[in-house]
Amino acid sequence: MSGDKLHLDHQHLLRLLAQMVRIRVFERRCAELYQREKIRGFLHLYDGEEAIAVGVMATLAPQDAVIATYREHGQAIARGVPMNRLMAELYGKVEGCCRGRGGSMHFFDRALRFIGGNAIVGGGLPLAVGTALGDTMQGRDAVSACFFGEGAVDEGEFHESLNLAALWRLPVLFVCENNLYSMGTALAHAESVTDIHAKAASYGVASEAVDGNDVIAVELAARRAVAALRAGGGPQFLECRTYRTRAHSMFDAQLYRDKAEVEAWKQRSPILRFQSWLENSHLAFDDEVARLEADAEAEVTAAIEFAEAGHLEALEDLERFVVMDEVPA
Amino acid sequence: MTTMTYREACKQAIRAALQADPRVFMMGEDIAAYGGCYAVSKGLCAEFGAERIRDTPLSESAFVGAGIGAAMAGMRPIVEIMTVNFSLLALDQIMNNAATIPHMSGGQFAVPLVIRMATGAGRQLAAQHSHSLEGWYAHIPGLRILAPATVEDARHMLAPALADPNPVLLFEHVMLYNVEGDVDEHLEGVDITHARIRRPGNDVTVITYGGSLPRALAAAETLASDGISAEVIDLRVLRPLDMGTVAASVARTHRCVIVDEGWKSGSLAAEVCARLVESVFYELDAPIARVCAAEVPMPYAAHLEQAALPNAERIVAAVRQVVRPA
Ligand SMILES: Cc1ncc(C[n+]2csc(CCOP(=O)(O)OP(=O)(O)O)c2C)c(N)n1
Repeated sequence: MSGDKLHLDHQHLLRLLAQMVRIRVFERRCAELYQREKIRGFLHLYDGEEAIAVGVMATLAPQDAVIATYREHGQAIARGVPMNRLMAELYGKVEGCCRGRGGSMHFFDRALRFIGGNAIVGGGLPLAVGTALGDTMQGRDAVSACFFGEGAVDEGEFHESLNLAALWRLPVLFVCENNLYSMGTALAHAESVTDIHAKAASYGVASEAVDGNDVIAVELAARRAVAALRAGGGPQFLECRTYRTRAHSMFDAQLYRDKAEVEAWKQRSPILRFQSWLENSHLAFDDEVARLEADAEAEVTAAIEFAEAGHLEALEDLERFVVMDEVPA
Repeated sequence: MTTMTYREACKQAIRAALQADPRVFMMGEDIAAYGGCYAVSKGLCAEFGAERIRDTPLSESAFVGAGIGAAMAGMRPIVEIMTVNFSLLALDQIMNNAATIPHMSGGQFAVPLVIRMATGAGRQLAAQHSHSLEGWYAHIPGLRILAPATVEDARHMLAPALADPNPVLLFEHVMLYNVEGDVDEHLEGVDITHARIRRPGNDVTVITYGGSLPRALAAAETLASDGISAEVIDLRVLRPLDMGTVAASVARTHRCVIVDEGWKSGSLAAEVCARLVESVFYELDAPIARVCAAEVPMPYAAHLEQAALPNAERIVAAVRQVVRPA
């Protein structure tokens, strides 16, 4: 679905729910697989933030570029990267989306213009400015959507990138996932001014704060922003206010926040909220919800089987792709 | 053959690239309105327009990253960083994105980007404008590192660099910009893989690159009048190193001096030395010697700066020590 109108039709609403559920189920199984040591390295889960990736991705077209962080399972799934390839990547298998070289933090998919998977806080923003520049110089009608946490606002690259995108009026959709903590550092502990969308506005970037736990609100805001981008309105900024309801990674005792705070946010889970709203408004029925949940479980189970059956990259290929023989077409 | 300065050769290389390929554009600080801090891009904006000769804000990380993104989106950017000293503000983008993404993405993305920057000392610009850090970059897998030392290479290395699907860093030594030399404008097939013997000789191999090449050649001249025949090798490509050419020479001369304007500790000279020890140890008739910068932040005062740098005299002394130990 594209254009700047949000269609509240049944199929679309169910699709939004299904996408969020797919992410949630995928990651719940990831956490289990981590405990079983099937997945290693860092694993950053998106639990509680699913509405942002799903709402924004619903507004993008195939020619658009997506740049995300190390907490990018949700973006990859919502963009349409097959779960099989994601799970195989987490298993370090050659069937993975990066042939096992990236892992959880570095999902890439060229066909979908999914350009990582960047684990340097703030490091993806300049890249998004560049893809937008390259697209613009080649006359393409494409936007670059760049996801990052509020921790990136501390970094110089955030400010440099917003300025450059605004200066050159490039079609970048900056999506700040403000989940209030960067690792254990509360926003107010790191930023003298905590109103992030106001900082973006100070660069002349059209900027808006939105309830990041409301998938419809996110989609609406993103739809407006993407329409403005396609109309040549220069970069757009969305501060999506949300909360991460799981630990930062698998090595986090969460000493920096109260259990009660986490519990309160769990009650505001974007899936719970959207699902209740759909049911109360008679826009979705129990059996439909049950079916999409079952579908998600089955899809993840199949992905795990695919990953289990996958192969390891040949050791002779260890150094392959360090130096490229050609630019992939 | 045309005679031109190294600076002019750099500019003509960029002009030719802009004419040859609409995907090529250039961006950097003060390259358009000001004409480039070393005047390399002077006049290019008038000729090619502000779309293709882009002044950037003082945001090394953002515009280098934007170059990487633009390259991944199908462009062939030439990014100019005023000097290697300032490139440290873009080190994250160069190392963590440009050099890393092709492999990390399992070969799905290439980064066909060229980054040019000035390097080196000799203009009394003191410790934040004078360092030679190309050796650091040569540490990084995924990058190709070039150091044109001649006017011909300044004119002809850019085209193959732009044709390379990988990120290429091009280091132009500040003391070379005014050097004049002959160039065949239409020379084709200049490679960016091999070292070159700039002066053949039999008694000792002097290995160098970039701004130290003229010093090494001057030293060889002095040594010749002394009856010592020095072979001078210009590495040209600092990564990946062409050890074939280097090792073959040392295997013939059995003696070797490495000249590098970087600091000795952990330097490119150290790497070349280690590889020679690994490959031609039994061919050596004397210990390998190195002439490097003194281990100080480059000082301002002329006599101190000169004392900190490799020069012909020091190279001559090192060669004598290796050839005829006192
Ligand atoms: C440049 C840099 N500094 C530090 C880190 C370590 N680190 C990883 S995630 C993280 C927190 C970032 O928080 P935020 O941007 O808000 O995103 P979130 O994890 O909350 O999604 C930190 C400090 C890093 N990866 N990169």
